[in-house]
Amino acid sequence: MAERVFDIRKQTGFTTIAFACFAMLYMPIILLVVYSFNAGTSIAIWEGFSWRWYASAWENEQVQEATLRSLVVALWASGISTTVAVLAALATTRTRRFRGQTAVFALINQPLMVPEIVTAVALLIFFAMIKVATGYTGLAYLILAHSAFCIPFAYLPIRARLQGMDLSLEQAAADLYATPFQVFRRVTLPQLWPGILAGAMLAFVISLDDVVITEFVKSAGQDTLPTYMLGQLRRVVTPEINAISTALLGISITMVIAYTLLSKFRK
Amino acid sequence: MAEIPDITARRAARNRWLLLMPALVILLVAASGPLLITLVYSFLSPGDYGGVEWQLSFDAWFNVFMQRDIFDDTLGWSDAHLSIFWRSVKLSALTTLACLAFGFPTAYFIATRPKKQRDLWMLLIIIPFWTNLLIRTFAILELIRNEGTVNTVLIALGIIDAPIQMLFTEFSILLGMVYVYLPLMVLPIYASMERFDFRLVEAGYDLYATQLQVLRRVILPLVKPGVIAGSILVFVPSLGAYVTPRVMGGGNQLMIGNLIELQFGQGRNWPLGAALSITLLAIVMVALLAYVRAAGNDEAHHG
Repeated sequence: MAERVFDIRKQTGFTTIAFACFAMLYMPIILLVVYSFNAGTSIAIWEGFSWRWYASAWENEQVQEATLRSLVVALWASGISTTVAVLAALATTRTRRFRGQTAVFALINQPLMVPEIVTAVALLIFFAMIKVATGYTGLAYLILAHSAFCIPFAYLPIRARLQGMDLSLEQAAADLYATPFQVFRRVTLPQLWPGILAGAMLAFVISLDDVVITEFVKSAGQDTLPTYMLGQLRRVVTPEINAISTALLGISITMVIAYTLLSKFRK
Repeated sequence: MAEIPDITARRAARNRWLLLMPALVILLVAASGPLLITLVYSFLSPGDYGGVEWQLSFDAWFNVFMQRDIFDDTLGWSDAHLSIFWRSVKLSALTTLACLAFGFPTAYFIATRPKKQRDLWMLLIIIPFWTNLLIRTFAILELIRNEGTVNTVLIALGIIDAPIQMLFTEFSILLGMVYVYLPLMVLPIYASMERFDFRLVEAGYDLYATQLQVLRRVILPLVKPGVIAGSILVFVPSLGAYVTPRVMGGGNQLMIGNLIELQFGQGRNWPLGAALSITLLAIVMVALLAYVRAAGNDEAHHG
């Protein structure tokens, strides 16, 4: 007689709920992707495989413009936020407590705590004042707003990487008469780059995905891809939206997997 | 003698602030500063075409919860605003509960997989977490809209004749929010379960505890910090949600976020919008402070 093994980890029903959860998380996304290849105009009735909605999205001038704008803003915002986050991480990691530390951390993490809609209307008010005063209505507002809320996302992985680094190499370099800049350039930076890359990718994805703050800050005719999609939802939906979503999904998922691999690389 | 370390310390402090400067300037200009201006705006009078008149007024704050009757000039609660606040709190609480009901077993399931599989399962939670919120909302929208998958399938099977109107109801907002915020619940609960020592469960069973007792008396108390963190992580963004109620509620079922937007659009009452958003911020801050205190107490208990 085989003895029935009593599994102490078992909780009745938990596995079922877990599988239901995974199904619930992925089914809508999978359907969204599948119907982006629909030959018909429906988002629920399958009429055969076709690339037509990708072609129509590709040729849609509004989509082209919005895509380009999204990429420009995301590149600037991730570049700026990562640069300042590296400097801030160097200043706040591996030091003793300093005066104003709590305030500095609160400021850096503010975009994570304040609801996006609150930041969005605050920026709308502030930038409206500046727009009236200067007459400038370009992309700089969006880039500035995105740079700000991307800072914590860039800062956290860089800081984590920096905390895990060995101080003795830098001390050795300093003992060998390297200037502080040389130490940074030749010793710190080469060890830090996986963190920097991870931070930059997170910032890029966060900027690319933003809807709320962009919706309030943008001037007329400055749609990014997400705000363009939000505007389209009111109309009759065709799988073209699915095609655009699938393309964006592809970028996000690639970035997440690359990010996960990078943080593994740390160990 | 003491002078040399003093100079180095001072130089280190100066360098630190120089390095911090660019980040702090950006955050002050595009995050914290505008909040102060919002606070100022909430005490001004609305302009005729949006914007403000620079004239001190407490009307905006008065109108957050109260209203003056247009006929007999009596004071009363603002039912429209209160019902939107109530809906926001109610839907956020329900979202948190539903996420907990689904998220806890899921985190438990992942934490009890063999070590090598866990990262892969977690990746399945993390991918939606980093996926565009609008796209995920849109995915669930396509599922339940009248011409969407659920209705199409039900009609094809002959179960119903006409599509069921699921969209633009409180239920659809709830469904959308549970869907988009679920990963936020699983992540912290899993983090606190990952290092859970299952010998404690064994001890529980040895002492004749039932499965439910083990869950309630052994597992839950030890992963409580993760449960609290997850609940806060879901509750706070639900309360300030804007995209999901806009897409799933279709402008009929407003939440606070949509009410705020309305003041900057058709409402043309910027001071009221400013006062409402400061109110939302205050509620969120109270929730976060309560969390920090609860987490602090917990740490104190466990030594």
